Amino acid sequence: MKRFNPGRLILGLTVALIALWLLAPTIVVVPMSFADKKSLAFPPSGFSLKWYENFFTNPQWFNSFTTSLKVAVMVSVVATVIGTMAAIGIERMKSRTAGLIRMLLITPMVVPGVVLAVGVYAVYLTQGLVGTWTGYVLAHTLLAIPFVVIAVGANLAVFDQRLETAAASLGANRLTTFFTVTLPLIRPGILSGALFAFVTSFDEVIVSLFITSPQLKTLPVQIFSSMTRDADPTVAAVGSLIFLTTTLVIGLGLIFGTRKGRKS
Amino acid sequence: MTNAPTGSRKGAAIDIQACSKFYGNFTALDDVSLRVEPGEFMSFLGPSGSGKTTTLNLIAGFTDLSKGEIRLGERPISNVPAHKRNIGVVFQHYALFPHMTVAKNVAYPLRQRGVAKAERDRLVEGALAKVHLEKFAHRYPSELSGGQQQRVALARAMVFDPSVLLMDEPLGALDKKLREVLQLEIRRIHRELGSTFVYVTHDQEEALVLSDRIAVFNKGRIEQVGTGHQLYSNPQTLFVGQFIGESSILRGSHRVNGAETALDIGGTPISAPGTPKSDGAQVILLRPEDVAVQAPGTGAANGRGNVIQGTVREAIYLGSAMKYEVLLADGTPIVARTATQGEAFGIGAGIELAWKPEDGRLLTDDGSIGGH
Repeated sequence: MKRFNPGRLILGLTVALIALWLLAPTIVVVPMSFADKKSLAFPPSGFSLKWYENFFTNPQWFNSFTTSLKVAVMVSVVATVIGTMAAIGIERMKSRTAGLIRMLLITPMVVPGVVLAVGVYAVYLTQGLVGTWTGYVLAHTLLAIPFVVIAVGANLAVFDQRLETAAASLGANRLTTFFTVTLPLIRPGILSGALFAFVTSFDEVIVSLFITSPQLKTLPVQIFSSMTRDADPTVAAVGSLIFLTTTLVIGLGLIFGTRKGRKS
Repeated sequence: MTNAPTGSRKGAAIDIQACSKFYGNFTALDDVSLRVEPGEFMSFLGPSGSGKTTTLNLIAGFTDLSKGEIRLGERPISNVPAHKRNIGVVFQHYALFPHMTVAKNVAYPLRQRGVAKAERDRLVEGALAKVHLEKFAHRYPSELSGGQQQRVALARAMVFDPSVLLMDEPLGALDKKLREVLQLEIRRIHRELGSTFVYVTHDQEEALVLSDRIAVFNKGRIEQVGTGHQLYSNPQTLFVGQFIGESSILRGSHRVNGAETALDIGGTPISAPGTPKSDGAQVILLRPEDVAVQAPGTGAANGRGNVIQGTVREAIYLGSAMKYEVLLADGTPIVARTATQGEAFGIGAGIELAWKPEDGRLLTDDGSIGGH
């Protein structure tokens, strides 16, 4: 028998409370999505799947979802390529200019979203980019690049550059060296950068609200307008779906990641 | 020194012609010229910052020359990028690709050269056999010990049959015992390959074990090039004399007597053959085995014309020899090694040191203070 330990009990309670506080807002959405009435009440008065049905059949909802998905994929590709190249360039410059460039690239993360949104909107108006694919991808890329630069930069900091020298001595030119030595070794950084970029774009709402158009809407904008117009439980259904997907992705990532980590 | 290649003659000469390397105001290499013969095993020996690694990097193409030219065979290579020089390099830190197996690491240079798979597999197997690592082909570098990793690096650097193999302190990270084993393996591989080897080290013993010739670097210059025997028995500078082997240094005002020069050591004249090669203070360098320790009053015997009094500070029994540390009246320490037979002296004993004048080396004091 273990002796009763009041310290451990208090610790356990505190942890449980904090966990509840962190998780509750997310978990609460799940029962709300099965509501039978058109209200975001908790707890819901009955059970139905109609809000899920609405999400998949209502073109307003489903189109905004595919739009977000497409934009996020494009953003994650573009931001990862640019951000990776920038991170490598900064790492190799080793001068004060490199630090300045890094700061400049990271500013979108620090500047308040609304300020950035107003600026983007002003430029987009004159350039006719409001409510366009290009507009979304450009704006979201701007916001996603800092994440890639930071993730890849952290990986490059521990990358042994002498391996590139070794590759050169073995007959590999710069490009081959990059693809056969550098890239595989900074792949974890690039992958997490790409993931961050995807997520940044997928749930970006401030800038998107400014540059949206009735024809081309991203999911967060759709959620936001749905919330302000009519408190439709489809929002909860969408939230639950995203919650489920991200949990699965991160869970699989953890399992896969640890297994690989153990091997090396 | 017979470490000449018995294999096929395919090593290329390296001709370093008046090469300099500047980093801003800092001169890393100052007008160095050196020819490494085809198939030769040449060591670059010197303290850190002496320019030996810089020279290696210039040959490999990792850094650009500021001045001069380097020829590989007859071909000038200063404009050839590193990956086209076809030179094998072994690094102190192994530099194995951690994401590739041993076999993939060794196959890497062959892939770059477009060698077909069957031939590639055969060559990789052969190279791994040369370093006794056939069984480790499918391991990852992180699963190998330091010595094994360096063997893989060696296999990778020689698998594409380069005419020149450069090694930058390849055993520096290994313990002494392993180092000795690998030294012998490197000697054997050099004989088998017949390539020109350039080996950078700060360990004079290692240089002596491995090399046909040694180039002694100091402060961005080459002090002397020669066989280990030449450097030991006939150093041209005080730096070389002190860097190779054990030595004692006598300092005093000098006077030239015809073909001899005598130094005044606390009133006792000590002579050595030759006249000063350059201006400035002169010293006489002595090797421990040339100095006899004898009872006071023995005087000049057996041609040992230089005699000086001293006190034993330390007497160490080494089995085959006795090693004495003797202090002269003026405080100069002298090391002497004598056969165990004969009279032994205890600590504090007043004794006489004696040696033949021709065993002392007259050198100009270049301010270098011994040790390595």
